Amino acid sequence: MIGALLVVFLIMRILPGDPARLIAGPEASWEDVENIRKMLGLDKPLYIQFIEYVKSVFKGDFGKSIKYGTPVIDEILARLPYTILLAVAAEAIAVALALPLGVYSALKPNSTLSRFISAISLFGASLPIFWLALILIYIFSAKLKWLPSFGAGSWKHLILPSFTLALLLMGNLTRITRSSVMEAASMNHVTTAVAKGLDNGKVLRRHVLRVSMIPIITIMGLQIGSLLGGAVITETVFAWPGIGSLLIDSIFYRDYPLAQGIILFIVLAFVIVNLAVDFIYGLIDPRVRSRTWS
Amino acid sequence: MELANTRYNNVLSQIKQEKTKRRRELLEALRKNKWALASLYIIIALCAMSLVSFIYTPYNPFQFNLAIARQPPSLSHPLGTDELGRDILSRIMYGGRYTLGISFISVTLGALIGVALGILAGYYGGKVDTVIMRIVDIMLAFPTILLAIALVAAVGQGVKSLILAISITTFPVYARLVRGTVLQIVNEDYITAAKLIGLSSYKIMVKHVLPNTMSVIIVQMSYYMGLSILLASALGFLGLGVPPPKPEWGTMIGGGRTYFFSTPHIVVIPGIFIFITSLAFNLLGDGLREALDPKLRGLLRRG
Repeated sequence: MIGALLVVFLIMRILPGDPARLIAGPEASWEDVENIRKMLGLDKPLYIQFIEYVKSVFKGDFGKSIKYGTPVIDEILARLPYTILLAVAAEAIAVALALPLGVYSALKPNSTLSRFISAISLFGASLPIFWLALILIYIFSAKLKWLPSFGAGSWKHLILPSFTLALLLMGNLTRITRSSVMEAASMNHVTTAVAKGLDNGKVLRRHVLRVSMIPIITIMGLQIGSLLGGAVITETVFAWPGIGSLLIDSIFYRDYPLAQGIILFIVLAFVIVNLAVDFIYGLIDPRVRSRTWS
Repeated sequence: MELANTRYNNVLSQIKQEKTKRRRELLEALRKNKWALASLYIIIALCAMSLVSFIYTPYNPFQFNLAIARQPPSLSHPLGTDELGRDILSRIMYGGRYTLGISFISVTLGALIGVALGILAGYYGGKVDTVIMRIVDIMLAFPTILLAIALVAAVGQGVKSLILAISITTFPVYARLVRGTVLQIVNEDYITAAKLIGLSSYKIMVKHVLPNTMSVIIVQMSYYMGLSILLASALGFLGLGVPPPKPEWGTMIGGGRTYFFSTPHIVVIPGIFIFITSLAFNLLGDGLREALDPKLRGLLRRG
Protein backbone atom coordinates (compact mmCIF):
# COMPACT_ATOMS: atom_id res chain seq x y z
CA MET A 1 0.00 0.00 0.00
CA ILE A 2 2.81 2.38 0.96
CA GLY A 3 4.57 1.22 -2.19
CA ALA A 4 1.57 2.21 -4.27
CA LEU A 5 1.51 5.58 -2.53
CA LEU A 6 5.19 6.11 -3.26
CA VAL A 7 4.84 5.22 -6.93
CA VAL A 8 1.86 7.54 -7.39
CA PHE A 9 3.61 10.32 -5.52
CA LEU A 10 6.86 10.04 -7.45
CA ILE A 11 5.17 9.80 -10.81
CA MET A 12 3.04 12.82 -10.24
CA ARG A 13 5.74 14.86 -8.55
CA ILE A 14 8.01 14.77 -11.56
CA LEU A 15 5.27 16.19 -13.76
CA PRO A 16 6.85 18.80 -15.96
CA GLY A 17 5.63 22.32 -15.52
CA ASP A 18 5.70 24.28 -12.32
CA PRO A 19 2.28 24.22 -10.65
CA ALA A 20 3.13 27.29 -8.57
CA ARG A 21 3.77 29.31 -11.69
CA LEU A 22 0.62 27.94 -13.26
CA ILE A 23 -1.52 29.25 -10.41
CA ALA A 24 0.23 32.57 -10.27
CA GLY A 25 -0.34 33.16 -13.95
CA PRO A 26 2.14 34.28 -16.60
CA GLU A 27 2.51 37.86 -15.33
CA ALA A 28 3.23 37.09 -11.68
CA SER A 29 6.52 38.18 -10.19
CA TRP A 30 9.15 35.74 -9.04
CA GLU A 31 8.32 36.51 -5.35
CA ASP A 32 4.66 35.67 -5.87
CA VAL A 33 5.56 32.34 -7.38
CA GLU A 34 7.90 31.60 -4.46
CA ASN A 35 5.16 32.47 -1.96
CA ILE A 36 2.69 30.17 -3.59
CA ARG A 37 5.28 27.43 -3.67
CA LYS A 38 5.78 27.83 0.09
CA MET A 39 2.05 27.82 0.62
CA LEU A 40 1.74 24.50 -1.23
CA GLY A 41 4.71 23.06 0.65
CA LEU A 42 6.62 22.49 -2.59
CA ASP A 43 9.80 24.10 -1.28
CA LYS A 44 10.55 21.30 1.18
CA PRO A 45 12.73 18.29 0.32
CA LEU A 46 11.05 15.45 -1.51
CA TYR A 47 11.05 12.92 1.33
CA ILE A 48 9.40 15.38 3.73
CA GLN A 49 6.79 16.11 1.10
CA PHE A 50 6.21 12.37 0.80
CA ILE A 51 5.83 11.82 4.55
CA GLU A 52 3.41 14.71 4.78
CA TYR A 53 1.53 13.28 1.86
CA VAL A 54 1.18 9.81 3.37
CA LYS A 55 0.08 11.32 6.67
CA SER A 56 -2.62 13.39 5.08
CA VAL A 57 -3.83 10.54 2.83
CA PHE A 58 -4.47 8.42 5.91
CA LYS A 59 -6.54 11.27 7.28
CA GLY A 60 -8.56 11.19 4.07
CA ASP A 61 -7.02 14.45 2.94
CA PHE A 62 -5.76 14.33 -0.65
CA GLY A 63 -4.81 17.99 -0.79
CA LYS A 64 -6.46 20.80 -2.68
CA SER A 65 -7.22 20.93 -6.36
CA ILE A 66 -5.20 23.61 -8.10
CA LYS A 67 -7.86 24.31 -10.68
CA TYR A 68 -10.93 24.37 -8.48
CA GLY A 69 -9.33 25.37 -5.17
CA THR A 70 -11.54 22.82 -3.40
CA PRO A 71 -10.32 19.73 -1.54
CA VAL A 72 -9.50 16.93 -3.96
CA ILE A 73 -11.54 14.46 -1.98
CA ASP A 74 -14.66 16.61 -2.48
CA GLU A 75 -14.11 16.70 -6.23
CA ILE A 76 -13.63 12.95 -6.31
CA LEU A 77 -16.66 12.22 -4.17
CA ALA A 78 -18.82 14.51 -6.30
CA ARG A 79 -17.90 12.57 -9.46
CA LEU A 80 -17.60 9.13 -7.92
CA PRO A 81 -21.30 8.12 -7.98
CA TYR A 82 -21.26 8.44 -11.77
CA THR A 83 -18.27 6.17 -12.14
CA ILE A 84 -19.69 3.62 -9.73
CA LEU A 85 -22.99 3.66 -11.57
CA LEU A 86 -21.22 3.13 -14.88
CA ALA A 87 -18.92 0.42 -13.53
CA VAL A 88 -21.70 -1.52 -11.82
CA ALA A 89 -23.94 -1.31 -14.87
CA ALA A 90 -21.11 -2.48 -17.13
CA GLU A 91 -20.13 -5.33 -14.84
CA ALA A 92 -23.77 -6.40 -14.53
CA ILE A 93 -24.24 -6.43 -18.30
CA ALA A 94 -20.95 -8.27 -18.79
CA VAL A 95 -21.81 -10.95 -16.24
CA ALA A 96 -25.38 -11.31 -17.46
CA LEU A 97 -24.15 -11.95 -20.99
CA ALA A 98 -20.81 -13.66 -20.45
CA LEU A 99 -21.83 -16.30 -17.92
CA PRO A 100 -24.62 -17.92 -19.96
CA LEU A 101 -22.55 -17.69 -23.13
CA GLY A 102 -19.53 -19.20 -21.42
CA VAL A 103 -21.49 -22.03 -19.83
CA TYR A 104 -23.24 -22.78 -23.08
CA SER A 105 -20.07 -22.95 -25.10
CA ALA A 106 -18.47 -25.14 -22.44
CA LEU A 107 -21.32 -27.64 -22.56
CA LYS A 108 -21.64 -27.68 -26.33
CA PRO A 109 -18.11 -26.86 -27.47
CA ASN A 110 -18.59 -27.92 -31.08
CA SER A 111 -21.84 -26.20 -31.93
CA THR A 112 -21.87 -23.34 -34.39
CA LEU A 113 -23.05 -20.91 -31.74
CA SER A 114 -20.07 -21.78 -29.54
CA ARG A 115 -17.67 -21.12 -32.35
CA PHE A 116 -19.39 -17.84 -32.95
CA ILE A 117 -19.12 -16.98 -29.25
CA SER A 118 -15.40 -17.64 -29.10
CA ALA A 119 -14.84 -15.62 -32.26
CA ILE A 120 -16.74 -12.73 -30.70
CA SER A 121 -14.74 -12.90 -27.50
CA LEU A 122 -11.51 -12.87 -29.48
CA PHE A 123 -12.74 -9.82 -31.40
CA GLY A 124 -13.60 -8.16 -28.12
CA ALA A 125 -10.02 -8.51 -26.94
CA SER A 126 -8.70 -6.80 -30.07
CA LEU A 127 -11.16 -3.93 -30.46
CA PRO A 128 -9.96 -0.45 -29.60
CA ILE A 129 -12.61 0.55 -27.08
CA PHE A 130 -12.56 4.27 -27.88
CA TRP A 131 -13.20 3.45 -31.52
CA LEU A 132 -15.99 1.06 -30.67
CA ALA A 133 -17.55 3.79 -28.55
CA LEU A 134 -17.46 6.21 -31.46
CA ILE A 135 -18.99 3.64 -33.81
CA LEU A 136 -21.78 2.94 -31.32
CA ILE A 137 -22.46 6.66 -31.01
CA TYR A 138 -22.57 6.92 -34.77
CA ILE A 139 -25.06 4.07 -35.15
CA PHE A 140 -27.36 4.69 -32.19
CA SER A 141 -27.20 8.45 -31.80
CA ALA A 142 -26.39 9.93 -35.15
CA LYS A 143 -28.13 7.50 -37.50
CA LEU A 144 -30.91 5.85 -35.51
CA LYS A 145 -31.32 8.74 -33.06
CA TRP A 146 -32.36 6.33 -30.30
CA LEU A 147 -29.92 7.33 -27.65
CA PRO A 148 -28.13 10.50 -26.55
CA SER A 149 -24.47 10.60 -27.60
CA PHE A 150 -22.91 12.12 -24.52
CA GLY A 151 -23.42 13.45 -21.03
CA ALA A 152 -25.41 12.01 -18.16
CA GLY A 153 -28.94 12.46 -16.96
CA SER A 154 -31.51 9.87 -17.82
CA TRP A 155 -31.10 6.09 -17.96
CA LYS A 156 -30.77 6.44 -21.70
CA HIS A 157 -27.44 8.20 -21.23
CA LEU A 158 -26.16 5.17 -19.38
CA ILE A 159 -26.85 2.57 -22.06
CA LEU A 160 -24.09 3.28 -24.58
CA PRO A 161 -21.21 3.85 -22.13
CA SER A 162 -22.09 0.83 -20.01
CA PHE A 163 -22.43 -1.47 -23.04
CA THR A 164 -19.12 -0.26 -24.42
CA LEU A 165 -17.42 -0.95 -21.13
CA ALA A 166 -19.19 -4.30 -20.79
CA LEU A 167 -17.92 -5.41 -24.20
CA LEU A 168 -14.39 -4.74 -23.01
CA LEU A 169 -14.89 -7.12 -20.10
CA MET A 170 -16.97 -9.76 -21.83
CA GLY A 171 -14.31 -11.38 -23.97
CA ASN A 172 -12.14 -12.48 -21.09
CA LEU A 173 -15.05 -13.32 -18.85
CA THR A 174 -16.66 -15.58 -21.44
CA ARG A 175 -13.42 -17.38 -22.11
CA ILE A 176 -12.62 -17.96 -18.45
CA THR A 177 -16.17 -19.12 -17.75
CA ARG A 178 -15.93 -21.55 -20.62
CA SER A 179 -12.62 -23.06 -19.59
CA SER A 180 -13.40 -23.28 -15.90
CA VAL A 181 -16.78 -24.88 -16.51
CA MET A 182 -15.15 -27.37 -18.84
CA GLU A 183 -12.53 -28.16 -16.25
CA ALA A 184 -15.06 -28.50 -13.46
CA ALA A 185 -17.25 -30.75 -15.60
CA SER A 186 -14.40 -33.20 -16.12
CA MET A 187 -13.73 -33.64 -12.40
CA ASN A 188 -14.30 -36.95 -10.67
CA HIS A 189 -17.09 -35.84 -8.39
CA VAL A 190 -19.12 -34.78 -11.39
CA THR A 191 -18.75 -38.19 -12.99
CA THR A 192 -19.83 -39.70 -9.69
CA ALA A 193 -22.86 -37.45 -9.49
CA VAL A 194 -23.89 -38.34 -13.03
CA ALA A 195 -23.34 -42.03 -12.36
CA LYS A 196 -25.42 -41.73 -9.22
CA GLY A 197 -28.29 -40.75 -11.49
CA LEU A 198 -28.70 -37.11 -10.52
CA ASP A 199 -30.42 -35.19 -13.26
CA ASN A 200 -28.25 -32.98 -15.40
CA GLY A 201 -29.59 -29.66 -14.21
CA LYS A 202 -28.84 -30.52 -10.62
CA VAL A 203 -25.33 -31.71 -11.41
CA LEU A 204 -24.68 -28.54 -13.33
CA ARG A 205 -25.94 -26.25 -10.62
CA ARG A 206 -24.59 -27.99 -7.59
CA HIS A 207 -21.36 -29.59 -8.74
CA VAL A 208 -20.14 -27.86 -11.84
CA LEU A 209 -21.09 -24.21 -11.52
CA ARG A 210 -20.17 -23.98 -7.88
CA VAL A 211 -16.65 -25.26 -8.45
CA SER A 212 -16.14 -23.17 -11.54
CA MET A 213 -17.14 -19.97 -9.77
CA ILE A 214 -13.71 -19.59 -8.14
CA PRO A 215 -11.67 -18.68 -11.22
CA ILE A 216 -14.56 -16.64 -12.54
CA ILE A 217 -14.67 -14.52 -9.42
CA THR A 218 -10.90 -14.13 -9.47
CA ILE A 219 -11.08 -12.78 -12.99
CA MET A 220 -13.89 -10.45 -12.04
CA GLY A 221 -11.71 -9.09 -9.27
CA LEU A 222 -8.73 -8.66 -11.54
CA GLN A 223 -10.95 -7.09 -14.15
CA ILE A 224 -11.77 -4.22 -11.82
CA GLY A 225 -8.47 -2.86 -13.08
CA SER A 226 -9.46 -2.93 -16.73
CA LEU A 227 -12.94 -1.81 -15.72
CA LEU A 228 -11.58 1.33 -14.10
CA GLY A 229 -9.01 1.86 -16.83
CA GLY A 230 -11.67 1.37 -19.50
CA ALA A 231 -13.89 3.76 -17.57
CA VAL A 232 -11.31 6.50 -18.09
CA ILE A 233 -11.55 6.06 -21.86
CA THR A 234 -15.30 5.45 -22.01
CA GLU A 235 -16.06 8.44 -19.79
CA THR A 236 -13.90 10.67 -21.94
CA VAL A 237 -15.56 9.60 -25.18
CA PHE A 238 -19.09 9.91 -23.82
CA ALA A 239 -18.32 12.99 -21.70
CA TRP A 240 -19.63 11.01 -18.75
CA PRO A 241 -18.95 13.11 -15.64
CA GLY A 242 -17.16 10.42 -13.61
CA ILE A 243 -13.69 10.40 -12.10
CA GLY A 244 -12.16 9.02 -15.31
CA SER A 245 -12.94 12.07 -17.38
CA LEU A 246 -11.98 14.20 -14.38
CA LEU A 247 -8.58 12.51 -14.42
CA ILE A 248 -7.97 13.34 -18.06
CA ASP A 249 -9.09 16.94 -17.49
CA SER A 250 -6.83 17.31 -14.49
CA ILE A 251 -3.84 15.98 -16.42
CA PHE A 252 -4.36 18.48 -19.20
CA TYR A 253 -4.62 21.26 -16.63
CA ARG A 254 -1.56 19.97 -14.73
CA ASP A 255 -3.73 19.92 -11.64
CA TYR A 256 -1.45 17.37 -10.10
CA PRO A 257 -2.92 17.08 -6.59
CA LEU A 258 -6.20 16.21 -8.27
CA ALA A 259 -4.66 13.78 -10.78
CA GLN A 260 -2.57 12.20 -8.03
CA GLY A 261 -5.62 11.90 -5.80
CA ILE A 262 -7.72 10.26 -8.50
CA ILE A 263 -5.05 7.75 -9.49
CA LEU A 264 -4.41 6.90 -5.87
CA PHE A 265 -8.11 6.59 -5.25
CA ILE A 266 -8.55 4.19 -8.15
CA VAL A 267 -5.57 2.09 -7.10
CA LEU A 268 -6.86 1.87 -3.53
CA ALA A 269 -10.26 0.84 -4.85
CA PHE A 270 -8.58 -1.85 -6.93
CA VAL A 271 -6.61 -3.20 -3.97
CA ILE A 272 -9.63 -3.20 -1.68
CA VAL A 273 -11.84 -4.95 -4.22
CA ASN A 274 -9.24 -7.66 -4.63
CA LEU A 275 -9.04 -8.17 -0.87
CA ALA A 276 -12.81 -8.51 -0.91
CA VAL A 277 -12.53 -11.08 -3.71
CA ASP A 278 -10.14 -13.13 -1.59
CA PHE A 279 -12.68 -12.99 1.18
CA ILE A 280 -15.50 -14.12 -1.10
CA TYR A 281 -13.47 -17.23 -2.03
CA GLY A 282 -13.88 -18.41 1.52
CA LEU A 283 -17.64 -18.04 1.36
CA ILE A 284 -17.94 -19.99 -1.87
CA ASP A 285 -15.30 -22.64 -1.44
CA PRO A 286 -15.04 -24.21 2.00
CA ARG A 287 -11.64 -25.66 1.10
CA VAL A 288 -10.12 -22.20 1.07
CA ARG A 289 -11.27 -21.24 4.53
CA SER A 290 -8.46 -23.04 6.31
CA ARG A 291 -5.81 -21.59 4.03
CA THR A 292 -4.61 -18.02 3.98
CA TRP A 293 -4.45 -16.28 0.65
CA SER A 294 -2.10 -13.50 -0.12
CA MET B 1 33.67 -34.75 -11.30
CA GLU B 2 34.29 -37.08 -14.21
CA LEU B 3 30.83 -38.51 -13.78
CA ALA B 4 29.21 -35.11 -13.58
CA ASN B 5 31.00 -34.07 -16.75
CA THR B 6 29.87 -37.05 -18.83
CA ARG B 7 26.40 -36.75 -17.42
CA TYR B 8 26.30 -33.10 -18.33
CA ASN B 9 27.47 -33.74 -21.87
CA ASN B 10 24.99 -36.55 -22.32
CA VAL B 11 22.11 -34.41 -21.24
CA LEU B 12 23.34 -31.57 -23.44
CA SER B 13 23.28 -33.66 -26.60
CA GLN B 14 19.89 -35.02 -25.63
CA ILE B 15 18.56 -31.52 -25.22
CA LYS B 16 19.99 -30.51 -28.56
CA GLN B 17 18.25 -33.37 -30.32
CA GLU B 18 15.01 -32.60 -28.62
CA LYS B 19 15.30 -28.97 -29.58
CA THR B 20 15.64 -29.60 -33.30
CA LYS B 21 12.79 -32.04 -33.10
CA ARG B 22 10.61 -29.57 -31.29
CA ARG B 23 11.45 -26.80 -33.72
CA ARG B 24 10.36 -28.98 -36.62
CA GLU B 25 7.13 -29.90 -34.87
CA LEU B 26 6.48 -26.26 -34.12
CA LEU B 27 6.80 -25.18 -37.72
CA GLU B 28 4.60 -28.06 -38.75
CA ALA B 29 1.91 -27.16 -36.22
CA LEU B 30 2.03 -23.53 -37.19
CA ARG B 31 1.67 -24.39 -40.84
CA LYS B 32 -1.45 -26.40 -40.12
CA ASN B 33 -3.13 -23.59 -38.15
CA LYS B 34 -4.54 -21.49 -40.94
CA TRP B 35 -5.67 -18.63 -38.70
CA ALA B 36 -2.23 -18.21 -37.18
CA LEU B 37 -0.63 -18.44 -40.59
CA ALA B 38 -2.99 -15.86 -42.08
CA SER B 39 -2.27 -13.59 -39.12
CA LEU B 40 1.43 -13.97 -39.67
CA TYR B 41 1.02 -12.90 -43.30
CA ILE B 42 -1.11 -9.92 -42.28
CA ILE B 43 1.50 -8.85 -39.75
CA ILE B 44 4.26 -9.17 -42.32
CA ALA B 45 2.20 -7.15 -44.81
CA LEU B 46 1.54 -4.41 -42.25
CA CYS B 47 5.22 -4.25 -41.31
CA ALA B 48 6.18 -4.12 -44.97
CA MET B 49 3.70 -1.30 -45.48
CA SER B 50 5.22 0.71 -42.64
CA LEU B 51 8.73 0.09 -43.95
CA VAL B 52 7.76 1.15 -47.45
CA SER B 53 6.62 4.49 -46.03
CA PHE B 54 10.26 5.34 -45.35
CA ILE B 55 10.91 5.52 -49.07
CA TYR B 56 7.51 6.00 -50.62
CA THR B 57 4.03 7.24 -49.72
CA PRO B 58 1.44 8.15 -52.39
CA TYR B 59 1.18 11.71 -51.00
CA ASN B 60 3.02 13.71 -48.40
CA PRO B 61 1.32 12.61 -45.16
CA PHE B 62 1.77 16.08 -43.62
CA GLN B 63 0.65 18.22 -46.57
CA PHE B 64 -2.49 20.25 -45.80
CA ASN B 65 -4.94 20.93 -48.58
CA LEU B 66 -8.21 22.27 -47.23
CA ALA B 67 -9.73 22.34 -50.71
CA ILE B 68 -9.93 18.54 -50.67
CA ALA B 69 -10.61 18.09 -46.95
CA ARG B 70 -12.76 15.16 -45.77
CA GLN B 71 -13.25 13.50 -49.12
CA PRO B 72 -14.58 9.96 -49.10
CA PRO B 73 -12.43 7.19 -50.62
CA SER B 74 -11.89 7.69 -54.33
CA LEU B 75 -9.51 6.57 -57.06
CA SER B 76 -6.96 9.29 -56.41
CA HIS B 77 -7.24 8.89 -52.62
CA PRO B 78 -8.04 5.20 -52.00
CA LEU B 79 -8.85 5.74 -48.32
CA GLY B 80 -10.09 9.30 -48.65
CA THR B 81 -8.71 12.45 -47.09
CA ASP B 82 -8.82 13.61 -43.48
CA GLU B 83 -10.04 16.77 -41.76
CA LEU B 84 -7.15 18.81 -43.20
CA GLY B 85 -7.14 17.25 -46.65
CA ARG B 86 -4.22 14.91 -46.00
CA ASP B 87 -4.25 11.56 -47.77
CA ILE B 88 -5.35 8.92 -45.26
CA LEU B 89 -3.58 6.01 -46.96
CA SER B 90 -0.27 7.87 -46.78
CA ARG B 91 -0.91 8.72 -43.16
CA ILE B 92 -1.79 5.14 -42.26
CA MET B 93 1.39 3.92 -43.94
CA TYR B 94 3.50 6.55 -42.24
CA GLY B 95 1.71 6.07 -38.92
CA GLY B 96 2.49 2.37 -38.91
CA ARG B 97 6.02 3.17 -37.84
CA TYR B 98 4.61 4.79 -34.69
CA THR B 99 1.86 2.35 -33.81
CA LEU B 100 3.77 -0.82 -34.75
CA GLY B 101 7.22 0.49 -33.94
CA ILE B 102 6.33 1.79 -30.50
CA SER B 103 4.51 -1.42 -29.64
CA PHE B 104 7.37 -3.57 -30.85
CA ILE B 105 10.08 -1.64 -29.04
CA SER B 106 8.15 -1.44 -25.80
CA VAL B 107 7.11 -5.09 -25.86
CA THR B 108 10.72 -6.13 -26.45
CA LEU B 109 11.96 -3.80 -23.75
CA GLY B 110 9.32 -5.00 -21.31
CA ALA B 111 10.24 -8.59 -22.11
CA LEU B 112 13.96 -7.96 -21.55
CA ILE B 113 13.41 -6.35 -18.16
CA GLY B 114 10.78 -8.85 -17.11
CA VAL B 115 12.75 -11.90 -18.21
CA ALA B 116 15.91 -10.72 -16.49
CA LEU B 117 14.05 -10.07 -13.25
CA GLY B 118 12.09 -13.32 -13.50
CA ILE B 119 15.21 -15.43 -14.03
CA LEU B 120 17.05 -13.70 -11.19
CA ALA B 121 14.10 -14.17 -8.85
CA GLY B 122 13.54 -17.79 -9.76
CA TYR B 123 17.20 -18.81 -9.85
CA TYR B 124 18.43 -17.16 -6.67
CA GLY B 125 15.24 -17.37 -4.64
CA GLY B 126 15.34 -16.06 -1.07
CA LYS B 127 15.69 -12.35 -0.55
CA VAL B 128 16.28 -11.50 -4.21
CA ASP B 129 13.06 -13.28 -5.03
CA THR B 130 11.11 -11.50 -2.30
CA VAL B 131 12.29 -8.04 -3.31
CA ILE B 132 11.71 -8.55 -7.04
CA MET B 133 8.33 -10.14 -6.59
CA ARG B 134 7.22 -7.40 -4.23
CA ILE B 135 8.08 -4.81 -6.88
CA VAL B 136 6.22 -6.88 -9.44
CA ASP B 137 3.18 -7.10 -7.18
CA ILE B 138 3.11 -3.36 -6.70
CA MET B 139 3.33 -2.78 -10.44
CA LEU B 140 0.61 -5.35 -11.08
CA ALA B 141 -1.65 -3.57 -8.61
CA PHE B 142 -1.88 -0.69 -11.06
CA PRO B 143 -4.45 -0.96 -13.82
CA THR B 144 -2.41 -0.95 -17.05
CA ILE B 145 -3.91 2.01 -18.82
CA LEU B 146 -3.94 4.05 -15.64
CA LEU B 147 -0.25 3.51 -15.01
CA ALA B 148 0.44 4.43 -18.61
CA ILE B 149 -1.68 7.59 -18.33
CA ALA B 150 0.07 8.58 -15.12
CA LEU B 151 3.52 8.00 -16.60
CA VAL B 152 2.81 9.88 -19.78
CA ALA B 153 1.33 12.72 -17.77
CA ALA B 154 4.44 12.77 -15.62
CA VAL B 155 7.19 12.39 -18.19
CA GLY B 156 5.45 14.38 -20.90
CA GLN B 157 3.91 13.46 -24.18
CA GLY B 158 5.96 11.82 -26.89
CA VAL B 159 7.29 8.65 -28.40
CA LYS B 160 9.85 8.01 -25.66
CA SER B 161 7.47 8.35 -22.76
CA LEU B 162 4.97 6.18 -24.56
CA ILE B 163 7.56 3.43 -24.94
CA LEU B 164 8.55 3.85 -21.31
CA ALA B 165 4.94 3.68 -20.17
CA ILE B 166 4.05 0.57 -22.14
CA SER B 167 7.19 -1.35 -21.28
CA ILE B 168 6.83 -0.55 -17.59
CA THR B 169 3.24 -1.71 -17.58
CA THR B 170 4.12 -5.00 -19.26
CA PHE B 171 7.31 -6.21 -17.60
CA PRO B 172 5.76 -7.54 -14.35
CA VAL B 173 3.80 -10.23 -16.14
CA TYR B 174 6.91 -11.59 -17.89
CA ALA B 175 8.74 -11.60 -14.58
CA ARG B 176 5.98 -13.67 -13.01
CA LEU B 177 5.71 -16.14 -15.88
CA VAL B 178 9.44 -16.62 -16.24
CA ARG B 179 9.96 -17.02 -12.51
CA GLY B 180 7.36 -19.78 -12.52
CA THR B 181 9.08 -21.61 -15.37
CA VAL B 182 12.50 -21.21 -13.76
CA LEU B 183 11.26 -22.61 -10.47
CA GLN B 184 10.07 -25.68 -12.36
CA ILE B 185 13.37 -26.41 -14.04
CA VAL B 186 15.89 -25.15 -11.51
CA ASN B 187 16.01 -28.51 -9.74
CA GLU B 188 16.34 -30.61 -12.88
CA ASP B 189 19.33 -32.91 -13.16
CA TYR B 190 21.14 -31.07 -15.89
CA ILE B 191 21.12 -27.81 -13.97
CA THR B 192 22.58 -29.60 -10.95
CA ALA B 193 25.13 -31.20 -13.25
CA ALA B 194 26.03 -27.82 -14.72
CA LYS B 195 26.50 -26.45 -11.23
CA LEU B 196 28.64 -29.44 -10.29
CA ILE B 197 31.08 -29.02 -13.16
CA GLY B 198 31.51 -25.44 -12.04
CA LEU B 199 29.65 -23.44 -14.67
CA SER B 200 29.12 -19.86 -13.53
CA SER B 201 25.63 -18.77 -12.55
CA TYR B 202 25.53 -16.36 -15.44
CA LYS B 203 26.36 -19.11 -17.92
CA ILE B 204 23.81 -21.47 -16.47
CA MET B 205 21.13 -18.83 -16.68
CA VAL B 206 21.88 -17.81 -20.24
CA LYS B 207 22.61 -21.28 -21.57
CA HIS B 208 20.16 -23.49 -19.73
CA VAL B 209 17.50 -21.47 -18.00
CA LEU B 210 16.76 -18.85 -20.63
CA PRO B 211 16.10 -21.22 -23.56
CA ASN B 212 13.56 -23.07 -21.47
CA THR B 213 11.57 -19.95 -20.86
CA MET B 214 11.62 -18.83 -24.48
CA SER B 215 8.34 -20.42 -25.54
CA VAL B 216 6.43 -18.77 -22.73
CA ILE B 217 8.03 -15.44 -23.54
CA ILE B 218 7.32 -15.54 -27.26
CA VAL B 219 3.66 -16.36 -26.79
CA GLN B 220 3.27 -13.62 -24.22
CA MET B 221 5.05 -11.14 -26.49
CA SER B 222 2.62 -11.83 -29.27
CA TYR B 223 -0.33 -11.17 -26.98
CA TYR B 224 1.32 -8.06 -25.66
CA MET B 225 1.84 -6.74 -29.16
CA GLY B 226 -1.92 -6.95 -29.57
CA LEU B 227 -2.44 -5.21 -26.26
CA SER B 228 0.14 -2.44 -26.65
CA ILE B 229 -1.21 -1.48 -30.05
CA LEU B 230 -4.52 -0.88 -28.30
CA LEU B 231 -2.78 0.93 -25.46
CA ALA B 232 -0.63 3.15 -27.66
CA SER B 233 -3.57 4.12 -29.83
CA ALA B 234 -5.85 4.70 -26.83
CA LEU B 235 -3.31 7.10 -25.39
CA GLY B 236 -2.95 8.74 -28.78
CA PHE B 237 -6.71 9.13 -28.95
CA LEU B 238 -6.87 10.70 -25.48
CA GLY B 239 -4.20 13.17 -26.56
CA LEU B 240 -1.57 11.63 -24.31
CA GLY B 241 0.24 9.52 -26.91
CA VAL B 242 2.14 10.50 -30.02
CA PRO B 243 1.20 14.17 -30.53
CA PRO B 244 -0.33 15.41 -33.79
CA PRO B 245 0.43 16.05 -36.60
CA LYS B 246 2.29 12.73 -36.46
CA PRO B 247 -0.16 10.19 -37.85
CA GLU B 248 -0.16 7.55 -35.11
CA TRP B 249 -3.38 5.61 -35.74
CA GLY B 250 -5.01 6.48 -32.42
CA THR B 251 -3.98 10.11 -32.77
CA MET B 252 -5.62 10.13 -36.21
CA ILE B 253 -8.89 8.96 -34.67
CA GLY B 254 -8.64 11.62 -31.98
CA GLY B 255 -8.06 14.29 -34.62
CA GLY B 256 -10.90 13.25 -36.90
CA ARG B 257 -13.36 12.80 -34.06
CA THR B 258 -15.02 16.19 -34.46
CA TYR B 259 -16.04 15.39 -38.03
CA PHE B 260 -17.03 11.85 -37.29
CA PHE B 261 -20.76 12.27 -37.83
CA SER B 262 -20.49 13.90 -41.23
CA THR B 263 -17.52 11.92 -42.60
CA PRO B 264 -17.10 8.72 -40.60
CA HIS B 265 -14.33 7.28 -42.77
CA ILE B 266 -11.75 9.57 -41.10
CA VAL B 267 -12.31 7.67 -37.86
CA VAL B 268 -13.39 4.28 -39.15
CA ILE B 269 -10.34 3.53 -41.31
CA PRO B 270 -7.56 3.97 -38.73
CA GLY B 271 -9.73 2.02 -36.29
CA ILE B 272 -9.99 -0.90 -38.70
CA PHE B 273 -6.21 -0.95 -39.00
CA ILE B 274 -5.79 -0.96 -35.22
CA PHE B 275 -8.36 -3.72 -34.88
CA ILE B 276 -6.89 -5.94 -37.58
CA THR B 277 -3.35 -5.55 -36.31
CA SER B 278 -4.30 -6.31 -32.74
CA LEU B 279 -6.47 -9.24 -33.83
CA ALA B 280 -3.66 -10.67 -35.93
CA PHE B 281 -1.24 -10.62 -33.01
CA ASN B 282 -3.81 -12.22 -30.72
CA LEU B 283 -4.51 -14.99 -33.24
CA LEU B 284 -0.81 -15.54 -33.80
CA GLY B 285 -0.37 -15.78 -30.03
CA ASP B 286 -3.14 -18.39 -29.87
CA GLY B 287 -1.54 -20.34 -32.69
CA LEU B 288 1.93 -20.24 -31.17
CA ARG B 289 0.60 -21.25 -27.79
CA GLU B 290 -1.12 -24.28 -29.15
CA ALA B 291 1.85 -25.19 -31.31
CA LEU B 292 4.42 -24.79 -28.56
CA ASP B 293 2.68 -26.57 -25.77
CA PRO B 294 -0.96 -27.37 -25.27
CA LYS B 295 -0.32 -27.47 -21.54
CA LEU B 296 0.40 -23.76 -21.55
CA ARG B 297 -3.23 -23.03 -22.23
CA GLY B 298 -4.11 -22.46 -18.63
CA LEU B 299 -0.96 -20.52 -17.86
CA LEU B 300 -1.04 -17.90 -20.56
CA ARG B 301 -3.87 -15.71 -21.49
CA ARG B 302 -4.53 -12.73 -23.58
CA GLY B 303 -3.85 -9.34 -21.99
